[in-house]
Amino acid sequence: MRSLSVIWAIFVKDLRVEWRNRETLAPMCVFGLLVVFLFNFAFETAHEETLRLLPGLLWIAFAFSGILAFNRSFAAERENACLEGMLLAPIDPSAIFVGKLLANLVFLGVTEAVIVFAAAVWYNFSFLPSLGDFALILFFGTLGYAALGTIFGGVAANTRMREVMLPVLQFPVAFWVLILGMDATSDALRGAARGDIARGVLRVAGVSLIYAVVSFLLFEYVLEE
Amino acid sequence: MPADAASAKPILELRGVSKYYGDLVALRHVELRVEPGDAVLLYGPNGAGKTTLLRTMAALSRPTEGEVLFNGEDIHRNAGLSKARVGFVSHTTFLYGELTGRENLRFAGTLFGLRDLERKIDRALDLFAVRERASEPVRGLSRGLQQRVSLARAFLHDPDFLLLDEPFTGLDAAAVESLETILRRLPSERKAIIFSNHDFEQGVALSRRLVALERGRLRYDGPLSLAPLESLGIAPAGKSQA
Amino acid sequence: MKKIFPPAVHLAVLAVWLIVALYLIFLYAPREATMGEVQRIFYIHFSSACTALLAYFFVFLGSMGYLWKRSRRADDFAYASAEVGFIFCSAVLVTGPLWAKPAWGIWWTWDARLTSTFILWLLYIAYLMLRSYVINPGRVEVLAAVVGVIGFVDAVIDYMAIRWWRTQHPQPVLGGGSGSGLDPRMWLTVFVTWGAFLCLFFYLVRQRMAMAEARRELAELRRELAA
Repeated sequence: MRSLSVIWAIFVKDLRVEWRNRETLAPMCVFGLLVVFLFNFAFETAHEETLRLLPGLLWIAFAFSGILAFNRSFAAERENACLEGMLLAPIDPSAIFVGKLLANLVFLGVTEAVIVFAAAVWYNFSFLPSLGDFALILFFGTLGYAALGTIFGGVAANTRMREVMLPVLQFPVAFWVLILGMDATSDALRGAARGDIARGVLRVAGVSLIYAVVSFLLFEYVLEE
Repeated sequence: MPADAASAKPILELRGVSKYYGDLVALRHVELRVEPGDAVLLYGPNGAGKTTLLRTMAALSRPTEGEVLFNGEDIHRNAGLSKARVGFVSHTTFLYGELTGRENLRFAGTLFGLRDLERKIDRALDLFAVRERASEPVRGLSRGLQQRVSLARAFLHDPDFLLLDEPFTGLDAAAVESLETILRRLPSERKAIIFSNHDFEQGVALSRRLVALERGRLRYDGPLSLAPLESLGIAPAGKSQA
Repeated sequence: MKKIFPPAVHLAVLAVWLIVALYLIFLYAPREATMGEVQRIFYIHFSSACTALLAYFFVFLGSMGYLWKRSRRADDFAYASAEVGFIFCSAVLVTGPLWAKPAWGIWWTWDARLTSTFILWLLYIAYLMLRSYVINPGRVEVLAAVVGVIGFVDAVIDYMAIRWWRTQHPQPVLGGGSGSGLDPRMWLTVFVTWGAFLCLFFYLVRQRMAMAEARRELAELRRELAA
């Protein structure tokens, strides 16, 4: 029970800090929109091609914006050694992981909503028919991606050039979350057979849950000195 | 249990503690016992390992060799037990600039699982006379006020073992006085303090025991009155330092 | 280990084994019917791939050993395995295209095995890069161990997910079912070459580990001197 209140406190603290300085969410959304915008001109898609390119485009935009969140997540803690301040308290270090993961999920969720909305308008594409499946895929994919981002953000915060180190750690490992997310999204948006969509969702969920559990278990080591 | 038997039991014990950062020696074979009611001045030149020693005792840093015992138990085995009773003040404030002083303390108090939190926050803020500034974001406060909030954070859970790394840094005269009063009072409440201080004279006035470090090694550990100040490279008491 | 199998003996065994392997590859193994002489690179390619994959498993074992027991030797083992494994993995990525160009007519294709090998290579880079960029030298081992473990989980998921993804691509020459019918002389060459590569791998790893140990002893001597 006490762990829950600690997790909640960390989560609320992260959101409140973000609400006051707006250093994470705004750059994420702007960056995500820029990716969608540039893609449009990089490929000059004809309308019938949209469906082929859209899943990849969306996930790349999510992935890049996510990196910003994960970098900020621990950079903000380092300013006055606040991370150590938390470690001085008698809490389970995993609570820090869960609290921060929840905050990152919120940041990514909002950014994803903005990106999807922009893509719908700019590409004249309606997500409504497949919204339920798409949201489910997004949720699980984002969970795995953010779990990895949260632990690697913590690792990268200990390095020189952490802005470079984070993607170097994140992308090879998160590769399958992204690829399976794209595949499943493609099936969902195309309106493929129920069985295909369900299988896609299960794959994303499976891989994401594995990463979430592994990250959760290993996180305490990241904080230790 | 007789009173003297209890007093002989150390609250914290370091056994052969060494800490290396790569080739750099931060601490080497340090042996130390701290008992309730102790007031220890940690003194040494820059880079002597004072901060590392304090961080090791706060369980923030794991020794490369040796062990740290809190009430006879390995400090890392049941870290929650020791952390609930240790207060730590560092060079850094542990405060979030975007949050107000009160929000910062509320956050810390929740992590410590404190009951009756608002009352404790008020008491800690009053201790360092920052209650009226506690609803402003910390970023806008002066260095001295931030340090006061940071001190309030360290005293919030009423710790009985205090580790203070240069606690007077940045404080104005009034705050220095109130911190001095508190530090003088704590040993009589059977609480232990270890603090490092830039100003040796001030440190002497607040402690009875000196621990001198040099290049990570213990040079002296004993009563202040018996310390060979000359050979430790410290100007004798009474004379101001050059 | 040092006493039973000293490095000098290891080196001698390695030299002989490598020469035997080279002999088998170039003179003993029969010429492959469709691909010709260029197929002989397969022995090196395949042996490197197996070694590179096994090496990341060793990185995982060393990392777990460090997290569990705080053993510096376990960390040395993980680090050395990563360094040497990275070299073998690079060899796979170089020999692959050299073979693919004449055999398939293209340098590269994002087929299942190529992709997973490439990811493995990236994992090696991430692990090694992290080790040299950590600011606080006291934290290198534990952070590297965390990355080593997650990287291995990724490598496992890799070999699982790749089956769901692109399976229509050419099966490897080996293990393509009972019908692949590799000449027994080819089998022998494969095993001897892989054995030689493993011998080389362990030789390099033990040398790196000895170096790490020596470096630690030197640091300890320096600390004594400074006292």
